[in-house]
Amino acid sequence: MTRLTDLTIADARDGLRDKTFSSRELTQAHLEAIETANAALNVYVLPTPERALEMAAASDARLSKGEAGALEGIPLGIKDLFCTKGVRTTACSHILDGFIPPYESTVTANLWAEGAVMLGKLNNDEFAMGSSNETSFYGPAVNPWRREGSDAKLVPGGSSGGSSAAVAAHLCMGATATDTGGSIRQPAAFTGTVGLKPTYGRCSRWGIVAFASSLDQAGPIARTVRDAAILLKAMSSHDPKDTTSADLPVPDFEAAVGQGVKGLTIGIPKEYRVEGMAPEIEALWQQGIAWLKDAGAKIKEVSLPHTKYALPSYYIVAPAEASSNLARYDGVRYGLREPGSDVISMYENTREAGFGAEVKRRVLIGTYVLSAGYYDAYYLKAQKVRTLIKRDFDQAFEGVDAILTPTTPGPAFAIGEKAGDPLEMYLNDIFTVTVNMAGLPGMSVPAGLSSEGTPLGLQLIGRAFDEETLFRAGQVIEAAAGVSAKPADWWSKGV
Amino acid sequence: MSVDRATVRRIARLARIAITDEEAARLETELSGILDWVAQLDELDTSNVEPMTRVEAMTMKKRDDEITDGFCADDIVKNAPQVDDHYFVVPKIVE
Repeated sequence: MTRLTDLTIADARDGLRDKTFSSRELTQAHLEAIETANAALNVYVLPTPERALEMAAASDARLSKGEAGALEGIPLGIKDLFCTKGVRTTACSHILDGFIPPYESTVTANLWAEGAVMLGKLNNDEFAMGSSNETSFYGPAVNPWRREGSDAKLVPGGSSGGSSAAVAAHLCMGATATDTGGSIRQPAAFTGTVGLKPTYGRCSRWGIVAFASSLDQAGPIARTVRDAAILLKAMSSHDPKDTTSADLPVPDFEAAVGQGVKGLTIGIPKEYRVEGMAPEIEALWQQGIAWLKDAGAKIKEVSLPHTKYALPSYYIVAPAEASSNLARYDGVRYGLREPGSDVISMYENTREAGFGAEVKRRVLIGTYVLSAGYYDAYYLKAQKVRTLIKRDFDQAFEGVDAILTPTTPGPAFAIGEKAGDPLEMYLNDIFTVTVNMAGLPGMSVPAGLSSEGTPLGLQLIGRAFDEETLFRAGQVIEAAAGVSAKPADWWSKGV
Repeated sequence: MSVDRATVRRIARLARIAITDEEAARLETELSGILDWVAQLDELDTSNVEPMTRVEAMTMKKRDDEITDGFCADDIVKNAPQVDDHYFVVPKIVE
């Protein structure tokens, strides 16, 4: 018999409605898996078993009355960036020690309204600043995948590393995540999962700990393209509490899954063929092109000439907005406070003790580029470069329906391997960050394994508010790749 | 070096983050490295380009100017490190 933790969300939805099993049984199976695995993988910073079982019991009651929501009884993990009412939320920062939100984020409220069950809060890079989950105050989450013949611990990507690792290790059926420069898609690529960053405005940002407000978007990480579609539908909504949330109907994304790519034109941007790209990444990309062509899509080369400027302009915009957003952590209203001789030294000591090295680095860069005399040279310049990046995409989308690229320049690296040089770590986002700068939707789909036996992903980029085309094309790649390899369970042993 | 030690100290003060001498030295190198790298944007002529302010043309919604929330002082102070009744307590500011 299939273990309950092996089911997809779509399968579990059927099983719950047919009463093959209950939400309590499904939830219990996941809680037991977390219990044996969390010490090794460090994916949950706060499991919430009691709440999970209460929510599962309520779901079972609704299921028996035939009142099931779209995610009724489905156990999910929640990135610790989402405020959850009455449940500690820290963004994995020391400065938010013990913060218990008196409100619920709109995205999670939408999930609970559809009947989903919360298993706990998932690890992430501190304030979502990182590409490896190594900047978390709670220590790094660990990738369930390992290199062939090696037991070195690999990073699960970041910042949504707890989300990607928990989904890959079957410690939840799906997870919420957020993406400011690649934080959903890069971890999905590193763990063989599906990750989708929707169009800016598709999901409300209300109640999500803010990093860079003009770039942040919530989205799902799941094990299949269909599951990602089911989750995105439930997460999306127009929210008057977020003035940047789009007042547009939310399509039935799941209906797009399986429609195929016949008649679609897929663009291949020549500027993504970067110097020093591993031959296996190039080969994977060519394979993806061949799969889409075999499924009936037309392939067309496109040009996105400002691609190389996306990452440097991102490292102005994101730190600038972060320095502004993180000004609120001052030891007065919530979280950590370190005493000082006067109020200024209290602020300084609190922020010195409460922020980690990467967060300080970005707050200081952001403070510098926004300081008197530098605003035009840096922030305004970077916002103008965003216009050029967006224009590149607008022109490309005149002739194509979606764009295919690799998700990352390489597979998952080992913990500690890239911790020395911040710039080297930033390069992880080279293929994903353009999408945030332009506000477009992007999806990473597992497409194969590296020479080291670890997952690799391909990225699909769509027109604004056209996630449906990504689900169509994503499912074609998923089916053609047929990645059936799973990480061998080394993490449940000896606990 | 595009930023020197004094500049690091000045922006740390602006950002209200206390830093040690050791951190200041490390940050001088790191911040200069990042700022030198972003300087490649100077290659682009953006004199006739408008800054991007939104992803899609969208009219900003305005709601009626009426009270929609409130009467939750307990919730607001609940997470504060130091409170007195419904006040946040900070070190003395005015002698």
